[in-house]
Amino acid sequence: MKTLTLAKGATLAFAGFALTMGTVATPAPAADFSGKRIEWIIPYGTGGGSNRWARFYAPRLQKNIPGQPTLAIKNMPGASSTKGTNFFARRAKTDGLMLLGTSGSTQFPFLLDDRRVKYDYADWEVILATPVGGIVYVNPSLGVKEATRAGMKQLQKAKLKFGSQGATSLDLVPLLAFDILGLTVKPVFGMKGRGPSRLAFERGEVRIDYQTTPAFIKRVTPLVKAGKAIPLMTWGMLDAKGDLVRDPTFPNLPHVGEVYERMHGKKPKGPAWNAWRTFMAAGYPAQKMIFVKKGTPADIVDALRKAAADTINEPGFKEAAAKTLGNYPQAVGAKAEVLKKIATTVSPESKAWVKAWLKRRFNAVP
Amino acid sequence: MLEALTAALIEITSGQHLIYLLAGVAMGLAVGIFPGLGGIVGLSILLPFLYGMDPTSALSMLIGLVAVIPTSDTFTSVLMGIPGSSASQATVLDGFPLAKKGEGARALGAAFSASLFGGLIGAVILTFVIVVAHDVILLFTSAELFMLTILGLSMVGVLAGGNLAKGLLACGLGLMFGALGGAPATGEFRMTLGNAYLGDGLPLVVIGLAMFAVPEIIDLLRAGGSISRSQTLGQGWLRGLKDMWAYKWLCVRCAGIGCMIGALPGLGGSVVDWIAYGHVKQTSKDKSQFGKGDIRGVLAPESANNAKEGGGLIPTLLFGIPGSGSMAVFIGGMVLIGLEPGPSMVEGQLNLTYVIIWSLALANVVGAGACLFLSKYVAMLTTIRYTYLAPFMIMVICFAAFQAQRDLGDLITLFVVGLLGILLKRFGWPRPAFLIGFVLADQSETYLYQAVQFYDWDFLLRPGVLIIAAITLVSAWVGARKAPTGEIDAEAAVALKANNMRPQAWFATAVFAFFAWGLIDGLGHSFIGGIYPIGIGVTMLPIAGYLVYMTWSNKIAHSVNYDHEVEGDHLQGDDIPGLWHYILWLASFLISTVLIGFWLSIIGFFVIFLRVKSEASWIRIAAMTTGGVGFVTALAWIMVLDFPRGLLQDVFELPWPIG
Repeated sequence: MKTLTLAKGATLAFAGFALTMGTVATPAPAADFSGKRIEWIIPYGTGGGSNRWARFYAPRLQKNIPGQPTLAIKNMPGASSTKGTNFFARRAKTDGLMLLGTSGSTQFPFLLDDRRVKYDYADWEVILATPVGGIVYVNPSLGVKEATRAGMKQLQKAKLKFGSQGATSLDLVPLLAFDILGLTVKPVFGMKGRGPSRLAFERGEVRIDYQTTPAFIKRVTPLVKAGKAIPLMTWGMLDAKGDLVRDPTFPNLPHVGEVYERMHGKKPKGPAWNAWRTFMAAGYPAQKMIFVKKGTPADIVDALRKAAADTINEPGFKEAAAKTLGNYPQAVGAKAEVLKKIATTVSPESKAWVKAWLKRRFNAVP
Repeated sequence: MLEALTAALIEITSGQHLIYLLAGVAMGLAVGIFPGLGGIVGLSILLPFLYGMDPTSALSMLIGLVAVIPTSDTFTSVLMGIPGSSASQATVLDGFPLAKKGEGARALGAAFSASLFGGLIGAVILTFVIVVAHDVILLFTSAELFMLTILGLSMVGVLAGGNLAKGLLACGLGLMFGALGGAPATGEFRMTLGNAYLGDGLPLVVIGLAMFAVPEIIDLLRAGGSISRSQTLGQGWLRGLKDMWAYKWLCVRCAGIGCMIGALPGLGGSVVDWIAYGHVKQTSKDKSQFGKGDIRGVLAPESANNAKEGGGLIPTLLFGIPGSGSMAVFIGGMVLIGLEPGPSMVEGQLNLTYVIIWSLALANVVGAGACLFLSKYVAMLTTIRYTYLAPFMIMVICFAAFQAQRDLGDLITLFVVGLLGILLKRFGWPRPAFLIGFVLADQSETYLYQAVQFYDWDFLLRPGVLIIAAITLVSAWVGARKAPTGEIDAEAAVALKANNMRPQAWFATAVFAFFAWGLIDGLGHSFIGGIYPIGIGVTMLPIAGYLVYMTWSNKIAHSVNYDHEVEGDHLQGDDIPGLWHYILWLASFLISTVLIGFWLSIIGFFVIFLRVKSEASWIRIAAMTTGGVGFVTALAWIMVLDFPRGLLQDVFELPWPIG
C-alpha cells in the first residue's frame, strides 16, 4: 500500500516536473482513466437495438481503455432520442468522461431540422461506427419469388400495407424506396417498434415488411425456412468510395438500385433517388456511432480510438459481433470519419425534397 | 416434452444453479422493495456482471431477479400506500386500509402467499401452453387487442363507487391525460403547449405515485400518529395464509387472468392488477368492504401480477417481443450471454425453455418465503410516528418518480397530478377508474386505429372480437347484477355529505373546462390525430355538464354530493391542519428544487421538516438526514443518475451530486 502511494507520488512529482520544464519537446502524456468512470449516454430506452449494441460494446471497450475505467451506460430516452442527445451536447466536457451513442433515429431529426434538435454533429469526434443493413421481405401469397422485372410487376399490382413507427423515423427509407419502385403501399403507423411490425407480418395483417440485419437473421430466417416469408431485396451498403453495393451479409439479394434497374433498364436518378441515397446513408451504413466532444485533448481521443480498434481486432470479436450486430466491418479511425460525414451531411436540395415529400405524402412535419 | 421437463428439473436442482438463482432473488428483493425501482433498474444493474459468466448461471440470476420483483414490491403498496410498481397499484386499494387497521402483517401474509400461488400456477400454465402458444398468440390481432382494452375499460363500472357519473368522468380524465403527448398514429403533439417534456406523454409510474402515494402521505401527516392506528400488527401472517387458502379458487382465476394478459404482447402488464381487482369486485356478493380493507382485494391483484411474469415469458421466448419493460431487459441479458429468444428457442431448446420456466417457479417460492419471513419486521414500520417516516417517503416517491424520464418535469408532474389525486379523493371520484383510463388510453387508440386500417370497420365482426365483446357484456352484466343495494351506498354517502357544495362545484367546473380544452385542442389536429381526444371530449362534456349543474344548484341530498373534508379519518383530532397545510410544504420543496436542485433541497427539507414537525433533536436530524440522503445518493451513483438540477446549477458548474 505504502509503496503504491509512494510510486504515485513519484509519478505526480515527475509529471509536475515535466510540466514546468515545458511540454514542447515531451510527447503528450498517455491518457489514463484509472479509477475513473466514463458515462456513456444512450438516448434510447432499455428495450431497443441501440441499448443492445451499447451493452455488447461496453464490457469489451472498457477492457481496452487505458486504466480500465468503469464504462457506465446511461439510458436517456425521450423525444425521439433528441432528449439524451441534447443532454450530451449541453453537458459533455472535453475530458473524455462522457460518450454518446447515436443511431439513425438521432441522425434523421438532425438532418430534417426537427425543432427539438439542439445538437450538431460537427461538434463531436467519432470513435466508432457500426453499419447495419435492412432487408425487405414479403408474404408468399403475393406470388412473388424474386425481385425480377416480372416479380416486381406482380408486386406493383398488389395493394400493400406496411407497419411503421412513423414517416419521419427510420421507416422513411423503406417508404421512399417503395415509392421509387412504384409499389402501392399504405403505411399503418403507431407500431411500437420493428418487432410488432414483424408480428403483424406473421399474422398476415401486412404482407410486406423489413427488418434490420440482426433481427432478420434471428427472427425472419426461420420464417423463410418455413416458407412463410420471401426475402426480396436489401438497402445495399456503401463501399469505401461511398458507392452503393450489395449488402455483404446478403450477397445473393439485389439492392434497391439494382431492382430499379431491372425494372426500367436504366440506373435510377433524379431528386427522389438522391434523397433516398442520402437518407439511406444516414440511417444504415453508419447507423450507430460513438462520439466524444470535439476539443477533447488528442491523447484522450487517441486512447479511445485505439481502444475501439483493439476491441474490434480482438480474436473472437468478429464471431460475437456477427451474431449480435450482423456481418459488417465495424469502422474506426479514418473509415469512421468518412462514414460520419456521409451520415450527417445532406444537400439542401435533398433536404427540401424530402420535407416536401413527407408533407405531401403523409402530412408529416418533422 | 416430458424428457425435456425432467432434464430441466435435474439442471435446476443442481447446486450452482441454485446459488445463482438465490443471488438473483436477493437482488430482486432488494430492488423491488424500493418503490419505482422495478425489474428494469435491477436488470440494468445486473447486466454488466453477466458478461463472461456461463449462460446457465447468468440465466438463473436473471430469472431470480425478474421473478420476485412483483412479490417484494408489495411491501410499500400495503404498508405505505405507495404502489411499489405499476403492477401493484391495485394492491394499495385494500392492502393499505388493512395496514391502517393494524392488520399489515395479515395483508402481507395473504399477499405473499397469493404471489407464490399465482407464480406457481403461471409456471404450470406455461409448461403446457408454451408448445402451442405460438399459434394462439397470432390469433390476437390489433382488433382483438382493441376489444380487450374495451373489456378493461368496462371494469370502470364496478370500480366507479357510489356515483356512476363521477366514475365515468374519472375514467374520461384518465383517457384524456393518456391522450396527452404525441398521437400514436401521426405523432402530432396534443395538449402539450409546446412543452418538450409533455411531448412524450405522462409516465405511468409518476401518475400511479401521484394518484395514490401523494394523497396518502398528506392525509397521514394530517392525521398524526402512525400508519397503524392500533399500534399493533394484528394476528400476523398466518392468518393471511389462511385467507389465501379460503379464497384459493379466486387466486386460481386471477392467476389465469394474469397469465393470459401477460402473454399478449402489446397489452402490457400494467393493466393486469386492475383487471384482477375489477374481476374480484364484480364477482363478489358483498362489496361493502372493498376499498376499506377487504382481503380479497389484496389476493386478486397479487396472484395475478406474479402469474403475469410467467405469461410475459411467452411472447418473449416465442417471438423475441418483450411483454413488459422488464422482459425487454431480460431479452437484453439473454443476448449478452449468447442466447437468442425466438421461435428457434422453444423448438430447438425446449429443455432450456423449461429451465427458464421452472426457475421462475422456484424463484417465486424462495422469494415469497423470504418476504413472509421479513414481513413481521418490515410491518413494524407502520407503528413508527409518521412525521418521522414522511421525509423518507417523500424522498422515495420523488426518487421513484424521476426514474421515469430523469427530468425535473417528473417532479412537477408528480406534484400537479398529486394535487388532482388529492381533490379526486376529497370529492369521492374513484381514482382506480382514472388509472384504468390512463393505462388503456394509448393502447385503445393505437389498436382501434390499426384495426380500422387493417380490416376496416369489419373488424367488429371478427370471431375473436365478438367473443371478447360477449365476455365484456357478461362481465358488465354480472357486475351490475351484484351491485350493492342502494341502502348501503346511501348510508355510506350520507356521512360525507357537505352543506356547502361550492368546492365541489368549482372542481366539477374545472374538469368541464379541461375536457373542453382537450376537445378544442383535438380540433386543431388532423382527423386521425385529433379524433380520439375529440371523441372523449364529446362523450364527457355532457356528463361533466350534468355534474356542474348538480353541484352548483346545491343538491345536497343527491349522491353526487361527497366531500371528504366534512368527515374523514384525518378529522378525528381537534387541531388537524387544513388540507392545504402539507400541500404547501410539498410546494415549497418543489420550488426549492426548481431553484437550487433536488439534492440540496431534499437535505433542507429533511432538516426543516424533522425540526419543525417531528421536533427531533439535532443529533437525530443529522443521523436521519445523512442516512436517508446518503442512501439515495449511493443508489443514484450506482444507477448513473443525475438528480434534477435547478436554476443554481444552470448558473454555476457544481460537482455531482449537487449539480
